[in-house]
Amino acid sequence: MQPGALSDALKKGAIWGFIVLELIFFSVAGEYLALSDKAFMDYENMLLLLKQSAPIGIIAIGMTIVMINGNIDLSVGATYAIAAIILLDSMTWTVFAGLGDWVIPVSWLLALAVGTFLGALNGLIVWKTGVDAFIVTLGSMLGYRGIVFMFNGENPTSHLNWTLVDFAEAQFLGFHTATWFLAIVTVIIWFVMTRTVHGRNAYAIGDNREAAVNAGIRVGPHVMINFAVIGFLAALSAVVFYSESGSVNPNDGQLYELWVITAVVLGGTKITGGAGSVIGTIGGVIAIQLLRKGLGHIGADTSTVNLVIGLILIAVLVLDRQLNVKGKEELKV
Amino acid sequence: MTDPVLRLEGIVKTFPGVRALDGVSFSVMPGEVHALMGENGAGKSTLMKVLGGIHQPDEGKIYVGDTPAVMSGPLEAKAKGIVFIHQELSLATELSVAENIYLGELPRSSFGRVDWSELYARTDAILKKLNVGFNARTRVGTLSIANQQMVEIARALTVDAKAVIFDEPTASLTDAEKVVLFDVISDLQASGVGIIYISHRMEEIFKITDRISVLRDGQYQGTVNTADTDEEKVTQMMIGRKLDLSRNAAHHELGKVALEVRGLTCGGMYEDISFQIRRGEVVGFYGLVGAGRTEIAETLFGLRDPSAGQILLDGEEVRISSPTDAIAKGISLVPEDRKGQGLVLGMNCRDNMTLPQVDDLKAGPFVAEGAEVAIFDQYRDKLDIRTPGWKQQVGNLSGGNQQKIVIGKWLSMHPNVLIVDEPTRGIDVGSKSEIHKLLRALAAQGYAVMVISSEMPEVLHVSDRIVAMYSGKIMRTFTSEEVTEDSLIQAISGLGGERAA
Amino acid sequence: MATMTKQNIGNILAKQGILVAFALFIIAFTIANPKFLSVDNMFSVVRSSAILGVMALGVTFVVISGNLDLSVGSMMSFSTIVVLDLHDQIGPLLAIPAMFAMTIALGAFIGFLVGYLKLNSLIVTLGMLSAIHGLTLTYSGGKNMDIADKDGTWFSVFGQGTALGIPVPILIFIALAAVLGLVLGKTAFGRKVYAVGGNGTAATFSGIRRARTVFLCYIMSSACVATAGLIQASRSLGSQNTVGQGLELEVLAAVILGGASLMGGSGTIFKTVVGVLILGFIQNGLLLLGLQFYVQFVVTWVIIILAVWLDIAAKRGRLWSPIA
Repeated sequence: MQPGALSDALKKGAIWGFIVLELIFFSVAGEYLALSDKAFMDYENMLLLLKQSAPIGIIAIGMTIVMINGNIDLSVGATYAIAAIILLDSMTWTVFAGLGDWVIPVSWLLALAVGTFLGALNGLIVWKTGVDAFIVTLGSMLGYRGIVFMFNGENPTSHLNWTLVDFAEAQFLGFHTATWFLAIVTVIIWFVMTRTVHGRNAYAIGDNREAAVNAGIRVGPHVMINFAVIGFLAALSAVVFYSESGSVNPNDGQLYELWVITAVVLGGTKITGGAGSVIGTIGGVIAIQLLRKGLGHIGADTSTVNLVIGLILIAVLVLDRQLNVKGKEELKV
Repeated sequence: MTDPVLRLEGIVKTFPGVRALDGVSFSVMPGEVHALMGENGAGKSTLMKVLGGIHQPDEGKIYVGDTPAVMSGPLEAKAKGIVFIHQELSLATELSVAENIYLGELPRSSFGRVDWSELYARTDAILKKLNVGFNARTRVGTLSIANQQMVEIARALTVDAKAVIFDEPTASLTDAEKVVLFDVISDLQASGVGIIYISHRMEEIFKITDRISVLRDGQYQGTVNTADTDEEKVTQMMIGRKLDLSRNAAHHELGKVALEVRGLTCGGMYEDISFQIRRGEVVGFYGLVGAGRTEIAETLFGLRDPSAGQILLDGEEVRISSPTDAIAKGISLVPEDRKGQGLVLGMNCRDNMTLPQVDDLKAGPFVAEGAEVAIFDQYRDKLDIRTPGWKQQVGNLSGGNQQKIVIGKWLSMHPNVLIVDEPTRGIDVGSKSEIHKLLRALAAQGYAVMVISSEMPEVLHVSDRIVAMYSGKIMRTFTSEEVTEDSLIQAISGLGGERAA
Repeated sequence: MATMTKQNIGNILAKQGILVAFALFIIAFTIANPKFLSVDNMFSVVRSSAILGVMALGVTFVVISGNLDLSVGSMMSFSTIVVLDLHDQIGPLLAIPAMFAMTIALGAFIGFLVGYLKLNSLIVTLGMLSAIHGLTLTYSGGKNMDIADKDGTWFSVFGQGTALGIPVPILIFIALAAVLGLVLGKTAFGRKVYAVGGNGTAATFSGIRRARTVFLCYIMSSACVATAGLIQASRSLGSQNTVGQGLELEVLAAVILGGASLMGGSGTIFKTVVGVLILGFIQNGLLLLGLQFYVQFVVTWVIIILAVWLDIAAKRGRLWSPIA
């Protein structure tokens, strides 16, 4: 076995092992502590869990490719809120009044287009100015949130379309619409990242940017495409979620970037780029959602979830460090 | 005679304040191995960047075949058949060998997909030629440095190359791997490719090249046929004078043993190292890169924990747990990597120089800036550091002046034991001899000095005794009277050096 | 010569660009609304910036040492809630040191993780943002915290009092800025912070204890957060447990706007104060123009990116990134 292979294997499998541990823990602890007498690993409950994973999960898939590419996007929560408002607001616009239910695909496309544009705008700024993605998206996180408030001040934007709600609540082969969206997005992005030239170049750029530049890979367009993709996915996440809920607050999506980054890091994507997989990210998303549900199941309140997730994120870093610990003769810097 | 595959004509490149290349012209013939030589900072890497389109020349022309070419970037250079094998590995370690070899040019099938079967087939064909023990699917991160170098070399074979530029390709290769590399080069040669070979290793240059072009301080010094010249003449072209292999003759009065090391061992890096350095003595450590010398210095400076052995300072056994600890015990280390380890480039000269003693220079709760300036002025004069003033950022100084700042920093600590690792790497000839004089003068004042160097003239010049190391072991210790070039080279190559204390 | 002058102007713009922009803003706002430059308005700007400013002073140390601190917002909520709770339980005199001790303990934990365990500061403080938020919610039981006797406590002096005619929060901000400016600019510790952030390896090779220096930066940061929490609690005498939410990003924006590099090794307390004031004046100026508070978000976005962009453009000598 190559040195480091064990820790590699451990790391790749770690998130799934952790999920299994969570399942066992909450099932057992649930026997004694649960408020309801329903088993934790109930079929319905698990289906619901997947559905609830979708909004964060879809964005996390986008964050995975941006982070593999060596960047980060802090503005996803705000993009999510803007897309949600566009979706709900546009259905009431008088221009579309004659469309009937055909307004749904139009509004969807509009929301997705706006999300893609906002993402691409971040990417374009990162590319053309050379300012670090962290700063660019920190700025647009504020800026995009400002735009959210411009629509309706601090009031919520609401519109319920029952055709849409029916669609969003539908189940196909047992899985909810949202779950299907998550699954399809995962498959497509997995395919893009592992099978296409764009995906492989994105890995190369995150891994060794200078080498990629020297090999003639055009870093800028790849970066911009990935930002456009995360913008699109943030909008898709909003489309999927708000089709059902029908009402958006201007503060919605706040702290999503935190949840999303946590899921991606738990899923094994390297913070500095170059390594990671969307499959791992799905593991990370499910692990977090299990934790939220599980803690609720055993009667812990929501505040505990924040505490536990924060500490787990740190514990993962510590563990990762211990697995990669060097010999004691190594240079101490 | 046939036309050259690549010709440079009067290339000039200036950077603010520096004329990095000043009218460089030379040509590479098909099937020729053309060595490009020069000291560090002579302009070789700038020239390569111009050739690769990373810098645009201010004047002059590049011809590929007989058509003038403007290189907009590495990709265009590659498209024109000019391929670079970089010294610093430019590999994406998480990707497979095949993806690295075809980086930027992955074969495509429909929908922007990578054509994997094509990719692997082509890669395996290339790897077969190189006769390596890994395949197209291996992840690069799992390969040894030497094998990663082979991946880098494999890139040259992906295109119909007209000229291939090797930049220090053998720096991390074993002898067996070198043989493979030289075979690859002669294959390329046989198929009419022109090769530019950049290396410091004379024996390689004389073994495989046909002609040698030399740069000094950005200026083209001429081209000679390898068969008509010898090491001495080439060196003379490179440094502008004869190579001074004189040995140090004058010894200072030796004091007590300041540093003694007994049976020191550190993992796989070095083992069973024993030596003494007396006050007033300069001991040179000579060996190839990777022989374990730097690691010994780092251990003495508290940056590595030894797995066995003792360190004695002034006869007392000590344990050195950190650089802070080492400094408190009177050890100073001028490190190997000036920019990475020696200096904070964004800080000014004074602050860099007083960094290790900033805790001791106190005026009330604050740093005594007057005392700092005094220290800086003292060592600026003593070492002849050329800078407009102490406020100058160190990053703006020349290499030689930067090195003097590092040396000044450690001299101002008044250590008992001064360790210098490659003290003159990458600095100009004038500064070099000043630093050599300085090291002798320090010994005269009673310092115990340990000099690690990969340059034989330097070691011969400054040392009272020379420790020859090979592959983590001390092969032999010479006095400056008994040392000869041949015996020294034998000892560091691991050949027949009987061990002597 | 023409190019020389052009270069000089470019250099001045690059080095003092943020001050120039600041001046332009003030002129523009003053023309639009003469009240902008009045003493009363100045006071109100600085007072409303004081909490953000105090936090930014601490984060400046962390950023110069080459790290990030995204946990300051939720840490500020924590200290506000804790001091309000303890006020009624053990009295203000004990509550304040107890709150400082608890907040600094959190800072020490982060400092240990980032300094001694050498973990990535972005992820650690992101995790701590969440963890401390949870801790605060657990501590407060999810409820808002209020002081029972709001009129009868001297505790309000830190947020509402005045001395020499100047509001106390401003005095605290100025005093802390002066002290920390000296610590960063004039002491051995400050020098080490720059060295560690500028080149951590070289700092280690110079005998500087890198881990300890980073650790102390987080201690500084958490002490500043505790001070900000004190001002916040004292000003409102009651608080939601999410009072500091999102402040970490505004704080970081101020520090970056001041010109500190996220790579570490550069920045000063003075520049951070300028960054804080710019944010404050923009916010205030836009409000005086009758614009909604959220317009400042958009303006801040544009300003942050322009400021950092011009800074790096001056360093690389060209406006647009050379990346293809």
